[in-house]
Amino acid sequence: MSKLGLIIQREYLTRVTRRTFILATILTPLGFLVFFVVVGFIFQYQSDDTKRIAILDEGNILKKNIKDERNLYFKFVEEPLDSLRKNFKESDYDGILQLRPVKNVFDKNYVAYYYSTKPPTLDLETLIASRVENSLRDYKIESLKLERKQLDALDTRVELDPEPIDPTKANASKLTGGIAAGIGGLMGIIMYMTVFIYGMMVMRSVMEEKTSRIVEVMISSVRPFQLMLGKIIGVGAVGLTQVAIWAILIPLLSLLVNLMFGFDTSQMNVPQANTEVNPDDMNALMALAMRELSSQNWWLILPLFIFYFLGGYFLYSSLFAAVGSAMGDDLGEGQALTLPITIPVIIAFYIMIVAVQAPNSSLAVWSSIFPLFSPIVMPARLAFQPPLWEIITSMLVLVATCIFFVWLSGRIYRVGILLYGKKVTMKELGKWMFYKD
Amino acid sequence: MTDSNYILKLDNVVKSYEKQIAVNHVSFNVPKGKIFGLLGPNGAGKTSLIRIITTITRADEGTVWLDGEKLNSRHPEQIGYMPEERGLYKKMKVGDHLMYLAQLKGLSKATAKQEIDYWLEKFQIQDWWGKKVEELSKGMQQKAQFIATVIHRPKLLILDEPFSGLDPINANLIKDEIDELNKNGTSIIFSTHRMEQVEEICDNIVLINKGRNILDGDVKAIKNQFKENLFKIDYEGALPPEIGTMANIVKQTEGSVTLQLPDAKLSNQLLQTLLQKGIYIQAFNEILPTLNEIFIKQVEDSNAFGI
Repeated sequence: MSKLGLIIQREYLTRVTRRTFILATILTPLGFLVFFVVVGFIFQYQSDDTKRIAILDEGNILKKNIKDERNLYFKFVEEPLDSLRKNFKESDYDGILQLRPVKNVFDKNYVAYYYSTKPPTLDLETLIASRVENSLRDYKIESLKLERKQLDALDTRVELDPEPIDPTKANASKLTGGIAAGIGGLMGIIMYMTVFIYGMMVMRSVMEEKTSRIVEVMISSVRPFQLMLGKIIGVGAVGLTQVAIWAILIPLLSLLVNLMFGFDTSQMNVPQANTEVNPDDMNALMALAMRELSSQNWWLILPLFIFYFLGGYFLYSSLFAAVGSAMGDDLGEGQALTLPITIPVIIAFYIMIVAVQAPNSSLAVWSSIFPLFSPIVMPARLAFQPPLWEIITSMLVLVATCIFFVWLSGRIYRVGILLYGKKVTMKELGKWMFYKD
Repeated sequence: MTDSNYILKLDNVVKSYEKQIAVNHVSFNVPKGKIFGLLGPNGAGKTSLIRIITTITRADEGTVWLDGEKLNSRHPEQIGYMPEERGLYKKMKVGDHLMYLAQLKGLSKATAKQEIDYWLEKFQIQDWWGKKVEELSKGMQQKAQFIATVIHRPKLLILDEPFSGLDPINANLIKDEIDELNKNGTSIIFSTHRMEQVEEICDNIVLINKGRNILDGDVKAIKNQFKENLFKIDYEGALPPEIGTMANIVKQTEGSVTLQLPDAKLSNQLLQTLLQKGIYIQAFNEILPTLNEIFIKQVEDSNAFGI
């Protein structure tokens, strides 16, 4: 085997056989799932705190008509407020809701009074407010003698259905944009995380080799460039392995959890009060979403995703390797050196968020060609079917930049790894590039 | 000696860094099959020289020949280098680690395995194969490091301060191995600033200061070159006054005197005079300078003259 092959093999095998790698690879998806299960339980949890509320409907707004809720019981009373308040301790009520008469039907504000020893909880407040609001609406319709049917006709729901100019092309649905944004955002986030995780892994490994002094032994057998490249490729292969395992494990495990606990992890959005979605609508929507997902050109998106993963990884990890070689054993000291690398990654992340909303804006287009941003921004745009020339240009620029950066980092690396006990500035790193061998 | 008698030849080698000249027109030859001392104070340029010889860096000017060939990228496989700052991958198993380093030196898997078995058996540490490097004590790690350095049977072995951090027992063990390798024909460059080891081990030396070669040659010849014709005599009786005319009294204590003769060959005459005067001589020794003294003097001189 060639020396480079030996180095790659060692870098790969020592990592994937390490107990921490195996644990992290298996436990991370499990951890996510445990998190989702716990969150699911929390959101499904319903208050077991029973409350009885006396309603003093002075304005006759509710018209004796309010439904009890789970753990929540209403009772209309006729007693005056004063005696209710006086006898509150002896009564088994937790609160008194006073609804005063409506003075002016055109007044858009109405205050309901709630008397209790403890202030109302948030969910109680929202519930009562929405009930009173609905009743007030009916009350006002009646008082103003309006026609309910006409009123209902005023609320119109508008949807935008995108249609292609070319009638032979596939019809996009109202979900196309959303689904594409979802896929794009997810890919962008994965790219952002992997660039950081594995780039940092390369940097730490270079630092370890330097501080453990193995590096001088190594480079008396191999060229520093071979050592650096072998490490980058080896760690990159570790990253691909891990991502591939997760790509299989996460859907598998979430399916398992769905079957076991009977709730969908996609329901974990922050619960909104009173959004009553018709379950039939929901099912139709899901079916449409599935159809949209399967209509994506995965044969293009996935290989390109892997390409940009490798491109972004090579570009940034070579820079991390160069910085790692310049650092001593003090991670904090190297902060000033890692900052110039992390800033473009973070900027790219923010551009990605904007690009998902406006995938054809000039910011999105140019960022997906600029090589420091393209590995994160372009995958986010792929689901929006960017023009072919943009993809090809972006790929060519990325490949050229990768080669250049790996070469450049090699120049810095070979000087850095042999230098000890000196705090290095960015300026010196620049000078190292031009050193003779 | 012809070229084929040298394992290594340096001719006018120059290496400069941004702010200083680390190696300044250095030339010397390392004879085949000998133990050669590369000496110099800290920062003299020893490490820079070694890095050039091991092809880690390249000389700006000048030429290096290894065994009659200009230094090239195949040569690292013929050189074994143990740097002063040494280390191993802590999480790797000793056996895997040695296999890795041996294969990087160009050994096949089978040969590497064979050689490692040989050395582990030799040091009676066969049970180390599955142990992680971090589980070994520092002295044990040094042994593993030594095996890694010689595993590919290099023609030229470069040891930078090989005994630093070793206890006397392990230092002796390594010293014996160095001797044995040398007897079997391996040429060895031994870099240090500890002179007592050099005198004990080395046949030839080069002394580097401030990037320059200030002295090189055979250890015995150098010691003779720098001798000051000093003789120490232990005796009983009273020294005759004419001694003062024959020699310069450097130091005198009860029953012992150190004299400096104008010429070493006058020693017989001196002894004769003393015997004729009936003085009982217990010991008569020529005092040769230690390498340490030569080293310090040469370094101080070269610093003083600003060479």
